[in-house]
This record gives sequence, C-alpha cells and structure tokens, in this order.
Amino acid sequence: MEILLSFITGFLYASGIYLMLRRSLVKMILGLILLGNGANMLIFLLGRMVKGEPPIIPDAAKTLAGIYADPVPQALILTAIVISFGLQAFAIILMERAYKFVQTDDLDQMNSTEEDI
Amino acid sequence: MNPLYIVLPVAFQLFTAVVLLFFWNKTNLQRGLSVAASITALALAAWLMAAVLQDGILVMQAGAWEAQFGISFVADAFSSTMVLLTSLAGLAVSIFSTSGIRSARVQLGFYPVFHLLLMGLNGAFLTGDIFNLYVWFEIIIIASFVLITLGGAKDQLEGSVKYVTMNLLASAIFLTAIAILYGLTGSLNMADLSIQVANIENRGLVNITALLFLVGFGIKSAIFPLYFWLPASYHTPPATISAIFGGLLTKVGVYAMIRVFTLIFIPDEFMLNLLIWIGGLSILSGGAGALLQNNIRRVFSYLIICHIGYMIAGLGLYTEVALVGAIFYLIHDIVVKTNLFLISGLIYKIKGSYNMKLLGGIYSSFPLLALMFAISFFSLIGIPPLSGFWAKLFLIEGSLDTGQYMVIAFITLGSFITLFVMAKMWLEIVWKKEGALPDKQSSTAYLAMPYAKRFALVFPIVLLSGALLFIGFGAEFILAVAKQIAAELKDPSAYLGAVLKRGTI
Amino acid sequence: MRSLIFRTAAGYLLPILLLFSVFILLRGHYLPGGGFVGGLIASIAFVLHSIANGIENTKKIFKFHPRILMPMGLCLSLFSGLSPLLVNKPFMTGLWFKEPFPVIGMVGSALFFDIGVYLVVIGVVLTIIFTILESI
Repeated sequence: MEILLSFITGFLYASGIYLMLRRSLVKMILGLILLGNGANMLIFLLGRMVKGEPPIIPDAAKTLAGIYADPVPQALILTAIVISFGLQAFAIILMERAYKFVQTDDLDQMNSTEEDI
Repeated sequence: MNPLYIVLPVAFQLFTAVVLLFFWNKTNLQRGLSVAASITALALAAWLMAAVLQDGILVMQAGAWEAQFGISFVADAFSSTMVLLTSLAGLAVSIFSTSGIRSARVQLGFYPVFHLLLMGLNGAFLTGDIFNLYVWFEIIIIASFVLITLGGAKDQLEGSVKYVTMNLLASAIFLTAIAILYGLTGSLNMADLSIQVANIENRGLVNITALLFLVGFGIKSAIFPLYFWLPASYHTPPATISAIFGGLLTKVGVYAMIRVFTLIFIPDEFMLNLLIWIGGLSILSGGAGALLQNNIRRVFSYLIICHIGYMIAGLGLYTEVALVGAIFYLIHDIVVKTNLFLISGLIYKIKGSYNMKLLGGIYSSFPLLALMFAISFFSLIGIPPLSGFWAKLFLIEGSLDTGQYMVIAFITLGSFITLFVMAKMWLEIVWKKEGALPDKQSSTAYLAMPYAKRFALVFPIVLLSGALLFIGFGAEFILAVAKQIAAELKDPSAYLGAVLKRGTI
Repeated sequence: MRSLIFRTAAGYLLPILLLFSVFILLRGHYLPGGGFVGGLIASIAFVLHSIANGIENTKKIFKFHPRILMPMGLCLSLFSGLSPLLVNKPFMTGLWFKEPFPVIGMVGSALFFDIGVYLVVIGVVLTIIFTILESI
C-alpha cells in the first residue's frame, strides 16, 4: 500500500510540475491543483499509515488502547484541503477574469506589466 | 503582562475585520474605525514589546495543550519587534488609505481584508508551530491576493496572475517540506523540532528538507533567482496596497527564514555559502534591475530585492554580529520601504504619474515634502547617521570577522547602486524642473483637495520618517534590541526552555 | 432545471438536509462531524434548491444577503475562543457546563466555536455560488 501511494504521490508531483511548465493558463492552474494534492498525499504517506484503527475512543473507555492511526496528519490534510479549496477557487476566478481582459490563454502574451510605465 | 494575552494582537485584528464586515457599505465609518483600530493595535503591540523586554520570552499554549501536542504561541524579542513594526506600518497605511483608496475599492472590502492581512502577519510572527506558520502564511497570501486584484484593472489582473501562481507554488513547496519534516520527527512544534532535527541520523534528508524550506520561503521573500514575480506585480495595485506589500510581505518570508535556519536547521558550511551567494546575487540583480527602470514603483520593487539580499547575506554569515546587522536591517527596511511606496503614492496624487522622466519640480513647489523624501531616500542608501548605515556597519563587521570579503564587496557595491539610483531619482523627481506631464495634471488638483485629505496623505509619511530618524539617531536602543534578538537566535536554549518548560537545555 | 420531479424533491430535501446538517454539527465534538461538514451540507441544501427553483427564489428564503453570516459566525467563533481568557485559561481552552443539556448534549465553548464555523461556511459557500451563478 505504501509503495502504491508513493508512486501515486510521485506521479501527482510529476504531472503537476509538467502541467505548470506549459504555457496555457488553464493547464497551469490544473498543475497547481495536482501539486497541492500531491503534497496532501505526501503528508498522509509520511504520517505512517495504520489500517482500520481510527483514533476514536470507544464510549466505555477513557483512552485509546493498542495501535491507532495518528490523527495529526488527517487534521493537517483537512486544513490544507480547506485552504487550497479557497485559494483554488480564487485562482480560477482570477484566471477567468484575466482571460476576459487579455483575450489569450498563452502566458507568454501576458507581459504588459513588463513594459515601462 | 499575563502571557495569556499575547494572542491579543492577532485576535484584535480579527475582531476589527469582523466589525468592519458588518459595515460593508458605510465607507467613511470604515475608514474611521480602521484608523482607530490601528492606533489601538499599535498600543497593544507596544505593550507586548515592553512586556517581552521586561519579563523575557512569553509563551501561551493554545487550548491548554502542553507543547509538542498543542499549538504554542511564543513572543520573544524577535517576534514582538516584528509585531510592533507591523502595527506601525499598518497604522501609517491605514491613515494613508483614508484618502489614498477610492470609495469604490472600499466597498469591495478593502478594510476588512487589510485587517485580516495584518492578523495573518501578527499570527505568523507569534506562532511557535511550523504548521500553524503555514496556515498564517496562507491567510496572508489569500488576503494579499484579494488586495492585489481589488478593483480589477487590466495590468492588476496580469500582475496578479504571476503573483498568485508563484505564491501557490511556494505554499505547495512549503507544505511538502512540512510533510517530510513531520515524517522525520513526528512533531510540528518548532522548539521540539529544534531538538529532534539535531538528532536525526539521515542528514541527507534533513538537508533536502532545509533546501525545500529555503525555496518555499525564498519565493515568498523574493530572493535570487526566485524574485521575478515581484517586479511584475508590485507596481500594479494602488500605492497604498503596494506600501503594505513592499513593507511587510517579503519581510515575513525573511523572518520565517531566519527563524527556521536559526532554530530548526542549523546551516552547515554548504548552506551558509549558498545563503551568502544568494544574498549577494540578490543585491546585484535587484540593483541592476533598479538601474534600468523609469517607473518609480518598479524602481522600489527592484530595490526590495536588492535589500532582501543584505538580510540573507547577514544570515549566511551566521555570527552574532552579522545577525545583529541583519535584524537591524530588517527593522529599518520595513519602515523605509513602506514609507517609499507611500511617497510614490503621494507623488502620484500630486503629479498624476509614476514616470520619472515626466516628473519633477517637487522642490520648487513643496520644499518641506522634499525634505521628508530626503530622509527616506538617504536612509535607504545608508548615509550616516541615518538608519541604513548602522545595519550595514554591523554586516560589514560580521563579514570581516568571518573573513568573507566577498560579502563586503557585495554590500558596498549594492550601496553604490542604491546611491546612484536614489540620487538619480532625487534629481529627476525633486530637483529637475517639471517635465511635460501627459494629462496636464499639475499640483493644483492636489492643492484643491480638502485639508483633511491632504493631511491624511502627508501625516503617515511624517510618522514613518520620524520613525526612521529615531532608528538612525536612537540607534543605541534599536541596537540593544537587535543584540538581544541576535543573542536569542544564536543560543535558542531560552526559547526552548520557555516553550517546553524543561528548564534550560 | 425544468424537471418537475427534481423541483418537488428539492422542496422536501431543503428542510431535511438542513436538519441533517444541524445533527452533524451537534454530534461534532467527540464523533465524526462538526461545523465545517455541517455548514457544507447546509449550503448544499440551498444550492440544490437554487438549481431546482432558480437563484431568485432561493434568495427569497433569506431575508438578508448570506454574506452577513460570515461576520456573525466569525464573531461567535472569536469570542468563544477568547472566552477562556476571562477565567485565566489560555486561548481556545474548552469550557464546559457540568450537566448535559437535553437533546443537545454537552454544551461548551467548543460548540459555540463550531456554530460559528457552521455559519461562516454557509456564508462563504453561498456567497461564492451565488456570485458565480449570477455572473453566468
């Protein structure tokens, strides 16, 4: 399972970076999203996976007994997902607005801010 | 001060933002509330700073969870100084915005987002948890995304595409670094990480993680060769927004870098050389960029990169004296960069242009303003006894101690470039006879403004120039603070002891 | 969406989903659930309603712009987070009433924090969705 997840994580990073290197705005934002998902997978992977032992204390007990999944990576991923949800929504709207103004999807055409004054 | 109250600078900014959200459409009320809140925030920050200088490091464990398990908030001399400077710059920008930001932009929510940005900055300075730092960074960048696109002019949108992309990439890299760090140590508390990272066998992975942190923070603080987004975007929003960006956003990256590389990853020989070269090349490339520009805000944008290089080089020298220089430079740079962008905003209000070639005649029509400009311009160069000089003195002393003569060359060369750029700017804007402005807008429009509006434009510049003069002439006090910070950074045992409550380690 | 079945179903789904979201919100502290998930479910209820009946009709359910939910929720969360300072405990410490309340269960500052999150999430999601729906 760990090996499979490592491959998936690597694949997400690789495809994210590949997409970001394209000149198209849409592909770039897709690449950013994949990169973010790759980072989340990495946290999940490196937080040591434990199968089928949720860190929830049963009603009768006061503490967790035996092996249990580390809840911290899950909390981190949840936080990161919520944050990236907001950021990506913003970025997509921004790309749409920018497209309306510039009328091109090509990043190389977006250089009017480089002109003097 | 009760250590429980160190969260107040953060909570108060959030409270202000919430109150402002209730008055979404009442622009004048929002302006007044923002200024009042910024004054209160400055008082809170001064109180925090005084308490830290008196009682030492203050620690609060959020939710009463002990360190390592919960999120610690730590106010040491470094973070409380940064909170104080943030509040000072926030106050100046808040006053300036009362006449520098149009009502249309206020109705799009400028003030709530501005205070959320200040909340994020305060949080990033006060937190003692690496993942919490990531969360504050995200708050900062999302607030800055809104501010940089606010109003949605064409060049603003184009600039922010670059800004947004690079910042999202930096966040992803930062998150990756945190993931690896958590996998290595199983901890997120910076004090605990400091102990654990030193004991890890697998140094290769530790160095990779350190490099990922360097790249992540490097994009945010615009170091060589990761700075290209900055001059493409910082001159596009209104000058008020550029001021808060130029003053604080890159510096929070520098703060994080100094914090991480003095507390968690103690840099080895290779890392130190890397930092020195990055710093030196930032100085050169930022300076070279500034030489070529005519738009004054783009000149200042490149100078940000140039002067970030000084702090990174100071960190790379890694002696206590050099750290004193870097910290002093950080303190000076926040004030001076905020002030320079505010000055560019004032010049735009007076003349209606940012183009150096077209501007001119400030001295003949506004001699007192020209004096104000001179204070900032010459502080930036570091002409003694103004503020930049003391910082450079300690940086040079640090490089003499370690025998890194390259750094001295970079520092002096950078200072000469800055001198040349600022002298050119002084001649073009202040001394030269007025050029041919395209839209015939002269100082009459500015003089026709109501007195209160003009006061709101000039007062923040006077305030920050006063602060600059204080940093320059009251250098003894600032130096004492910078020395305390550098000592705490070099020997984090007090920090570790305060957070982990194990006595000195 | 002009489907009669969908429109009729959406009318019934709105109260059921809202009730479910409150259930999720209240069981949140010790069991899976909480303000964020609850808020998302509640906003899904409104989004379903707006897809079925048109956005104008959904707005009529609200007597106010959903944007105002954001500061209200933030205020509630902030003050529930700050309330422990009054009894000299650190920020965000959970303060609980000794006895459980009927139906709701244990009530403490964490519950108010979650209610705040719930309101913020509804406000944010509805503002985003309404803005996007209006612009197309």
